[in-house]
Amino acid sequence: MELFNLSLIWAFIIGFGVIMYVLMDGFDLGVGILFPFAPTETDRDTMMNTVAPVWDGNETWLVLGGAGLLAAFPLVYSIILPALYIGVFLMLAGLIFRGVAFEFRFKARTSRYLWNWAFAGGSTLAAFAQGAVVGAYIQGFETTNGAYSGGALDWLTPFTVLTGFGLLAGYALLGSTWLIMKTEGRLQEWAYRITTPLLTAVLVIFAIISVWTPFVDDMVRERWFDHITVIWVLPALTLLCAFQIWRSVRNRFEGMPFVATMGLFITTYLGLIVSRWPYVVPPEYTLWDAASAYESQLFLLLGLLFVIPIVLTYTAWTYWVFRGKVRAGEGYH
Amino acid sequence: MELDPLILSRIQFAFVVSFHAIFPVFSIGLASFIAVLEGLAFKTGNPLWEKLSAFWTKVFAVVFGMGVVSGIVMSFQFGTNWSNFSQASANFLGPMLSYEVITAFFLEAAFLGVLLFGRHKVPAGVHLFAAIMVAVGTFISSFWILSANSWMHTPSGVELRDGVFHVTSWSQAIFNPSFPYRFAHMVVASFLTGGFVVAGVSAWYLLRGREVEANRKALSMCLWMLLFLAPTQAVIGDLHGLNTMEHQPVKVAAMEGNWETSRNVPLLLFAIPDQENQTNRFEIGIPNLASFILTHEWDGEVPGLNEVAVEEQPPVGIVFWSFRVMVGLGLLMIAFALAGLLLRRNGAYYQKRWFLQGLRFMSITPFIAVIAGWFVTEIGRSPWLVYGMMNQAEALTPSLTGGMALFTLIGYVVVYGLVFSAGVYYLLRVLYVGLEDEDEGEHESDRPARPLSAAHVPFEIEHGQGDVSHAKPANEGGH
Repeated sequence: MELFNLSLIWAFIIGFGVIMYVLMDGFDLGVGILFPFAPTETDRDTMMNTVAPVWDGNETWLVLGGAGLLAAFPLVYSIILPALYIGVFLMLAGLIFRGVAFEFRFKARTSRYLWNWAFAGGSTLAAFAQGAVVGAYIQGFETTNGAYSGGALDWLTPFTVLTGFGLLAGYALLGSTWLIMKTEGRLQEWAYRITTPLLTAVLVIFAIISVWTPFVDDMVRERWFDHITVIWVLPALTLLCAFQIWRSVRNRFEGMPFVATMGLFITTYLGLIVSRWPYVVPPEYTLWDAASAYESQLFLLLGLLFVIPIVLTYTAWTYWVFRGKVRAGEGYH
Repeated sequence: MELDPLILSRIQFAFVVSFHAIFPVFSIGLASFIAVLEGLAFKTGNPLWEKLSAFWTKVFAVVFGMGVVSGIVMSFQFGTNWSNFSQASANFLGPMLSYEVITAFFLEAAFLGVLLFGRHKVPAGVHLFAAIMVAVGTFISSFWILSANSWMHTPSGVELRDGVFHVTSWSQAIFNPSFPYRFAHMVVASFLTGGFVVAGVSAWYLLRGREVEANRKALSMCLWMLLFLAPTQAVIGDLHGLNTMEHQPVKVAAMEGNWETSRNVPLLLFAIPDQENQTNRFEIGIPNLASFILTHEWDGEVPGLNEVAVEEQPPVGIVFWSFRVMVGLGLLMIAFALAGLLLRRNGAYYQKRWFLQGLRFMSITPFIAVIAGWFVTEIGRSPWLVYGMMNQAEALTPSLTGGMALFTLIGYVVVYGLVFSAGVYYLLRVLYVGLEDEDEGEHESDRPARPLSAAHVPFEIEHGQGDVSHAKPANEGGH
C-alpha cells in the first residue's frame, strides 16, 4: 500500500538537486568562462582560488542527479541520455578537462598556460552543452514505445544554440558576481565592470527565449497565454532580480549582486518547471509515467534521507570555513 | 562497411570501465594499508609509520582523484549506450548505483578531508578513525557495485513484468548467488594490488638506497600480507569457478576451451580456440586435470560449449586466454610471496637485487590480472547482459547509430588518453619525489574537498630540485 506519493517527493529531491547543481557549479563554471579575459595572470590565480575549495563538492550534485534519476525516474534517464548522446559526451569531456586542470594548474609551472586553456575551454564547453540540454528539454523529445527515436543531432537547433549561449552568459554572470563578493581591488573592479554588460546579454537572450518558447511548443503557449495566471509572478520576480543586480552593482554592494543573480536563476528555473509540469519527458511522459517501482523509490529514499542532511551540513561548513575575501597570493601555490 | 553500434558500444564500455577500474582497485587496497599504518603509528608512536602513512596518503589522494573523475563518466554510460537495459533494470540497479554514489559522498563529506588534510590539525585518534572510516567506505562502495554486477551474472530476487525487472526480494537480489564469491575475489584482488604496488615501490626505493629503514618496514609488511593472501586468492578463485560452473556453465566451458560436455577433460595449457569449427587447434594439456579441478573427481563431467546454440556462445578465444593470463599472473604472485618467505633469513629479501628488481616489475601485474579477470567474467557472459534474461542486443539504445558510437568511442579514447597520461605521469612524479618531502603538514592553505591537493609535488621535473640528490647512484645490474 502506498502511504505517500513517492514520485512527488522524488521529483522534489531531483528538482532540488538540479538547482543546487546549477547554482553551485554555475558560478565556478562561470569563473572558468571568464578566466581568459581576466586582467592578469595573478588575477587568474586569485579567481581559481575563490572556487578551488568548493568546486568538486559542487559537481557531486551532478553525479547524484544522474544516479538518482536512474533510480527514481528511469524513463527520463533512458530517453534523455540517448537523445542528448553527443551533448552529454561534450559536457563530460568539458567537465573532465576542467576538473583535471584545477588540480594540475596549481602544481604546474612551465605548462601552466596549457591548464589555463583546459580550464577555460572545458568550463565553456560544459556550460554551453548544459544550456543546449535545457533548450532540448523545452523542445521535447521524439519517442516510440518509451524509447528515444529521433536523430543524433535533433538536440542541436537554432533554439538550443540560443539557450546554450543563454546559459553561458548566465553562468558568466554568476561567476562575475561571485568574484565581486569574493575578491577586492583591481579584480573586483573588473568584475563590477563586466557584470552590467553580462546582465544585459543575459536579459536579451532570456527575452528572445521567452518570446520564442511559446512557438516551439503549443502546451507551453497555452499554459502561459491562454489566460493570465499566478505563474506570471515568476517572470516579474525575474525582472525584479535583474533590476536588483543592476542597482547593487551601481551602488557597489558586494554580496547582493550574487544573491540577486541566484534569485534570477531560481525564478527562471521555476518558470521552466511550470511551463512543463508535470511532464518530465515532454511532450509524452509525466513524472508518474516515468517513475520506477514504489519499492525501489522507497528503498533508496531511506538512505538518502539519512545522507542529504549530512552532505548539506558539510557543504555549508565548507562555505563557512572559506568565507571572506580571497587575496592575491593566498590560497594555493 | 556498416558500423555496428553494438560492437562499438561494447568496446566503449569495456574501455571506460577498464580504465576506471584500475584506480579503485588500487585505492581500496591502499586505503586499508594506510589505516593499518595509521594504527601502528598511533600505537607505537614510531615516526617511521607516520612517515610511510603520510607518503602513501599522498599517492592515495591522486589515485582516488583519478577514480572520481573517471567514475563520473560511468554513471552516464548506462543511459547513453544501454538505455533499454537501464529502463528494464532500473528498479534494482538504480538504487544500487545510487547507494554507491551516496556512500562515496558520505565518505568524502565526512572523512576524506580529515584523512588528507587533518594530520596534526585534529587529535591523532580522530585522524586514525578517519583513516579507518575511509577504508571501510571503500568496501561499502565496492559492496554495492559488485552486488549490482553479480546480479547481472546470477539474477535473482526479481521478476520480469512487461519487460521491466521488479524486485520481489531485496535480500535475494543483493545477495545473489555469485555475489559473495565475486566480492571476496575482488577485495583480495585489491589487497594484492595494493600489496604488490607498495612492495614494488619500496623495492625500487631500496634499490636506490632511499629511506631504507621505512621502506624495509613497508616491504616486510607487504610480503607477510602477500604470503597469506596470494594463496588465499587461488582458493577463492577456485570456489568462484565452481559457483560459475553451477550458474553459468557455458562461461566455464569457454574458460577451459571445452567444446563438448564430457568426462576426463584435460587442463589446457595452450590452445588456439577455433570458434568457426567448434574445436581447438594446437592443444597442449594435462590429462584429466580440468575434470579434477572443477569436479574434484578425475573423471568428472565438465560442461561444454555445445550445451548452447553456437550463437549463444561467448567469444571463446578471448575468454580462454584472459583466464590463462589471470591464473598465470596469480601463480607468479604466489611464487614471489613464497620467495619472500624463503628470503626472510638475514633480511635477504631487502638485499637481493634480483628479488627487488623482480618486485618492481611485479607491481604492474595485479592490474593486468584484474582486467584479465574482468574480461573472463564479462565477456564470458556474452551474449547475455543479464544472464539468461536479457541479451546485449536487446539492451542497446535503439536510437544509437554506429557513427554516434564511433564518435564517442574515439572521443573517450582521446580524452582519457590526454587526461590520464597527465595523471599517471603526475603519480610517477609523486613516487619519484618519494618519502623525503619533509614539509608535510605545513601547508596552511590546504582545503578539503580536493583530493589531489593533498599531494604537494610540482608537475614538472625541475633541475636542481632536491629530490634526486639524496638518491644513491643506482646500480641497475642484478647481483
